[in-house]
Amino acid sequence: MGEPGTKEILRLEDLQASGGIRTGRKHILSLLVENRPGVLARIAGLFARRGFNIDSLAVGPTDDTSLSRITLTLDGAAHPIDQVTKQLHKLVNVIKIRDLEPEETVARELALFKISCQDGETRAQVMQFTDIFRGNVVDVSKRSVTVEITGTDDKIEAFEEMVRPFGVVEMVRTGEIAVSRGRGAT
Amino acid sequence: MRAVDAIMECLKAEGVEHVFGIPGGANLPTYDALYDAGVRHVQCRHEQGAGHAAEGYAKASGRVGVALATSGPGATNLVTAIADAVMDSVPTVFLTGQVRTDLIGTDGFQEADISGITMPIVKHSILIQDPRDIPKAVHEAFHIARSGRPGPVLVDVPQDLSRADITYEPVMGVHLPGYQPTTEGNAKQIRLAAKAMANSRRPVIYGGGGLINADAAREFTELCVSDKLPVTCTLMGLGAFPADHDQWLGMPGMHGTRTANYAMDEADLIVAIGARFDDRVTGKLSEFAPRAKFIHIDIDPAEISKNVPAHIPIVGDAKNILPRLTAEYRAVSADSSRLEGWWQRINGWQDKHPLRYDDSEDSEIKPQYMVEAMFEATEGRAVVSSDVGQHQMWCAQYYGFTEPRNWINSGGLGTMGFGLPSAMGAKVARPDDDVVCLAGDGSLIMNIQELATCVTENIPVKIFLMNNGYLGMVRQWQELFWDRRYSAVEMGASPDWVKLAEAFGAKGVLVQDKSELVDSFKSALAEDGPVLVDVRVTKEENCYPMIPAGQAARDMVG
Repeated sequence: MGEPGTKEILRLEDLQASGGIRTGRKHILSLLVENRPGVLARIAGLFARRGFNIDSLAVGPTDDTSLSRITLTLDGAAHPIDQVTKQLHKLVNVIKIRDLEPEETVARELALFKISCQDGETRAQVMQFTDIFRGNVVDVSKRSVTVEITGTDDKIEAFEEMVRPFGVVEMVRTGEIAVSRGRGAT
Repeated sequence: MRAVDAIMECLKAEGVEHVFGIPGGANLPTYDALYDAGVRHVQCRHEQGAGHAAEGYAKASGRVGVALATSGPGATNLVTAIADAVMDSVPTVFLTGQVRTDLIGTDGFQEADISGITMPIVKHSILIQDPRDIPKAVHEAFHIARSGRPGPVLVDVPQDLSRADITYEPVMGVHLPGYQPTTEGNAKQIRLAAKAMANSRRPVIYGGGGLINADAAREFTELCVSDKLPVTCTLMGLGAFPADHDQWLGMPGMHGTRTANYAMDEADLIVAIGARFDDRVTGKLSEFAPRAKFIHIDIDPAEISKNVPAHIPIVGDAKNILPRLTAEYRAVSADSSRLEGWWQRINGWQDKHPLRYDDSEDSEIKPQYMVEAMFEATEGRAVVSSDVGQHQMWCAQYYGFTEPRNWINSGGLGTMGFGLPSAMGAKVARPDDDVVCLAGDGSLIMNIQELATCVTENIPVKIFLMNNGYLGMVRQWQELFWDRRYSAVEMGASPDWVKLAEAFGAKGVLVQDKSELVDSFKSALAEDGPVLVDVRVTKEENCYPMIPAGQAARDMVG
């Protein structure tokens, strides 16, 4: 597609359809990387070059201070990810990379919701939902309640749906972090 | 010791004898250290030239090429050479000066974020933040550049840190937990591959530039001749197998031979070694080698199944794998007679579609003849550094390389302007060999300033200019596919190449008569200094055969 020797004008739909092979599922990539400046830029650059949209990204220290863990989630229905994981392997600062299978993975995300509460009745309802979702109230003001919820992204989305009618002033999410199930290291 | 003096110690410890570059503000300390370090510095006229010279040096010798540049524009001028080196897997180290650490990020004078700019086109890059890390960083750079799949590594050294006083201790070995290239091929896979080859009735061995990088041409040839296996090599792999051998099919791809392309098309097994199924080889990917299974041997796991699915992947160094594969193949004692029918078919194509052109009956010089004349004058033994365009393809078709590292060109990136500086680097690496730069008139002008370097540094490269007055390959495409609307491809009457060569202090020769060509080349080769031979060839000759863009091998035209 788009060879300089083919003269006909290309249709936008055809251009969009000419992607690679897609897996159709969400992918959680867990990367163990050297804790150095510029490493995240290299990794992000690889995805950016291919026009990939990273759904979520979490970076933090590990038990080894020279290493960081990057957890990123991608939609395999939108992007062919096989090549990009191989390319990630080639980065000198990337020690290890795993494409975690959803069934063999424990993944959690933390979200903070600031919910508008004009009266005692709504506040009580919000607190009840928070209990059901095993969240915590972390701040209260006269006109709002702030709640933390931990869980999978499904659970967080479900909670959002429940409290949206009250008015969500703000929501902040960390992006998922994950480890593999069982004794072995991720 | 100053950090820059430590850099010199590291370079010497890495066996570096030659570097190419240009000084400037931010790398003044480096050049001060270079002054009496005992490393030969070739003072280029443009950093792009220095970068390509380092590439030519590396390609001709197998050693790591080194180029130096200052910060800002010096560093950005290296960018094309770095991109070229990553595409063709050339072991190179680029040492750039950077502005003082307190100026970084402030738009300081001659500041450019070169490690940011080059991030997608380097194998690795290191921005020095602590002067004590410098020796380790330099050794890591060389290790990464030359091992695994080779490539360019950038080391960016801020000017103040390069002046720091550090204790230098020789570095013993590098430790990179995230970089452990697989070199040893899997034994089971190798055995499987040997069996598949023995069972195949229509095999083709398809070698690439990886063979040259691995210094595995001899091992490759041995595998091919352990039976009568048909062989083709990509543009980057030419010379890995002798082109005068009767198992040689020619180059595959867009301007390859019909035989090589038809053989790939009908093959039942393709054994790819250090080749990456580039779009210029496969043509339309969905119709490439539809009947074939693929054995793919490559040191870079990311190449496996990138473009075509590998049925038997083997990751590792060709130099390690090929002798084992040959031994396994011999051990299964394949019946050679199974290939007789296949060779009949191949010989049929060879007889029917040899590489051919209509030579002139008069004094006119056909470009293909020019390459043949070059072959005759050099007895096929010169190191040929080519620019990019029609002349490059004709040279790949008609020069018939028999040795590795004698054919140097820009394949992946297709960088016009590569030829002259790269020839210069090659000549520095191999002073006893004839080094010829085969250039087009469009390409040569792009880095002609390096002729000054050749003259002042006494690097006697011979430039054989295929002058057709056009950006010939673009003109060919406009003629064939864009209704002859010749848009911006005529080069006009400027420059006068002979005068230009003379202005640089080189010798210039004009040749317009076919009968004088071989002798002109011979006398140019006999000269002590650099010579430019301006050869006026047929203006509108097309390079054939050709797979039109986006089509399949069997749709070859011409």
